[in-house]
Amino acid sequence: MTASLALFLRTVMGRAYPRVVGSVRQTSDFLWETLLPILSLSGFVYVYRALNAPAEYIGFVVIGGAMTTFWLNVLWSMASQLYWDKDAGNLALFILSPAPLMGVLLGMAVGGLLWAFTRAIVVVGAGTLLFGVSFSTADLGFLALVFLVTMAALYGLGMVFASLFLLFGREAWHLSHLLQEPIYLVSGFYFPVKALGFWIAAAASIIPLTLGLDAMRQILFPGNLQFGFLSVSVELAILIVLAVVMIVTAWISLDRLETLGRKEGRLTERTA
Amino acid sequence: MWNLGGRSFGVATWLGWQIESNWADPFLFFIYSMLRPISGVMILVVMYLVVTRQATQTAIFAYIYLGNAFFIYVRGVIVGVSWTVIDDREHYGTLKYLALAPMPLITYVLGRGVAQLITSTLAVAITIGFGILFFGLPLGPAKLDAPLFILSMALGIMSLAFIGLFLAGATLLMARDAWNAGEAVSAALYLFSGAIFPLSVLPAWLRPVGFGLPVTFWLELVRRSLLGTGAAAFPTFASFSNAQLVLILAGMTALYGTAAVFFFLWAENRARRLGLLDQETLS
Repeated sequence: MTASLALFLRTVMGRAYPRVVGSVRQTSDFLWETLLPILSLSGFVYVYRALNAPAEYIGFVVIGGAMTTFWLNVLWSMASQLYWDKDAGNLALFILSPAPLMGVLLGMAVGGLLWAFTRAIVVVGAGTLLFGVSFSTADLGFLALVFLVTMAALYGLGMVFASLFLLFGREAWHLSHLLQEPIYLVSGFYFPVKALGFWIAAAASIIPLTLGLDAMRQILFPGNLQFGFLSVSVELAILIVLAVVMIVTAWISLDRLETLGRKEGRLTERTA
Repeated sequence: MWNLGGRSFGVATWLGWQIESNWADPFLFFIYSMLRPISGVMILVVMYLVVTRQATQTAIFAYIYLGNAFFIYVRGVIVGVSWTVIDDREHYGTLKYLALAPMPLITYVLGRGVAQLITSTLAVAITIGFGILFFGLPLGPAKLDAPLFILSMALGIMSLAFIGLFLAGATLLMARDAWNAGEAVSAALYLFSGAIFPLSVLPAWLRPVGFGLPVTFWLELVRRSLLGTGAAAFPTFASFSNAQLVLILAGMTALYGTAAVFFFLWAENRARRLGLLDQETLS
């Protein structure tokens, strides 16, 4: 039991390591990964300014823009990763090794989370400086709790996607593309999700960033809580449930799809 | 030479279409091609409605909606043309063979962008149809200035292809950052061209960037050709006539075209000399 746990933890650390080191090794990557969200969110900020929107909407955009780094990380570095590993021939090596695949996925998530976190901080900092956004700092501990639970659920979803994407060929690439703008829309990355109406917002809550973003905005901009979809405590409770469900689902689906892949001989196929 | 260029352009167009579309059945591909742009425009629609709580038959709504709809071309064409180099060099490993073939690489690269132009055209048409049906976008034959629309579209698409060609040339020489370049240029154009907000909203020191971009003038002309006089309600270009804007766009297209062709040919030559045509940078 102790040996299994040690192997699991070593696998997590081993898979997280290249992502953590890689996140600071290539300076130009860091520049692109912060510049692109800043450019995008700036466009939306100026739209709100053209519409004479209240100042807090600028803050909504900055927070939403920062959260895109996590969503993109989940899509491209979690969901698509095992598919890419399969294409590059690494997946078969992962499976041959004694390292548990769930540890590999968790390592990817931990490394990816740290990677995206550094980008998000820069995006928030730049957005705050460029557009003069002011946040409430009264509840930073609660904010950190909501953020961590959101990330657990989000990266759990990424782990589910990673195992599902193993089934796909070239569709995986297109699916990742497809899950960008439509998710920005239904999860309310640039506006309060409540604006979409109760049922759409409720359906979109399967994406943990929907509720996480809404809760973080309510904590950071407490002056006008009318934009909130649900109360922060309810959103936090749902996020905790989502985190558990996602991680358990990932565990089960990874096991099943690995077995399916072995049976059908698809773990070594290349799609390029 | 012209015949060879035309043939390689045609074959590249066909090939590009196959690569773009053959991973899914036509219905799924159609949904895929439409969902992203419509979601993009819906984000702006919801932002507008959340703030204004107004009807959508206003000048600013039409400005934002049409700018975003036609911006679909910008991303499609620029990324479509420039991505060809990465796709063929690193994904399929065929760029070196294409460079060996007796055809101009430049027409092949431009031809590969046509597939994206086709899907972008469908997406723009559907987005605008969606706007007319659901948001009462004030468009119709009575307001349409067809000659101006056709002329501005032709010049605009050419200028986008030239920006894509310039990027393709840069991509031939870039090692690690090439696959972000198209997205970055597209994002910068989204911000600086006044696609989704009047340029007068930008800080004064940033506005000159927009005036140096053909996309800015193209979008203004497209709006004017579709909306009639209402499109000139915003101060940025109010003092310019349609003819003046067409002349500026034509001049910029010629300038960008000349620079892009020369740069691409220089970059292709340099990539051959440095042995960069088969470099792998993504893995």
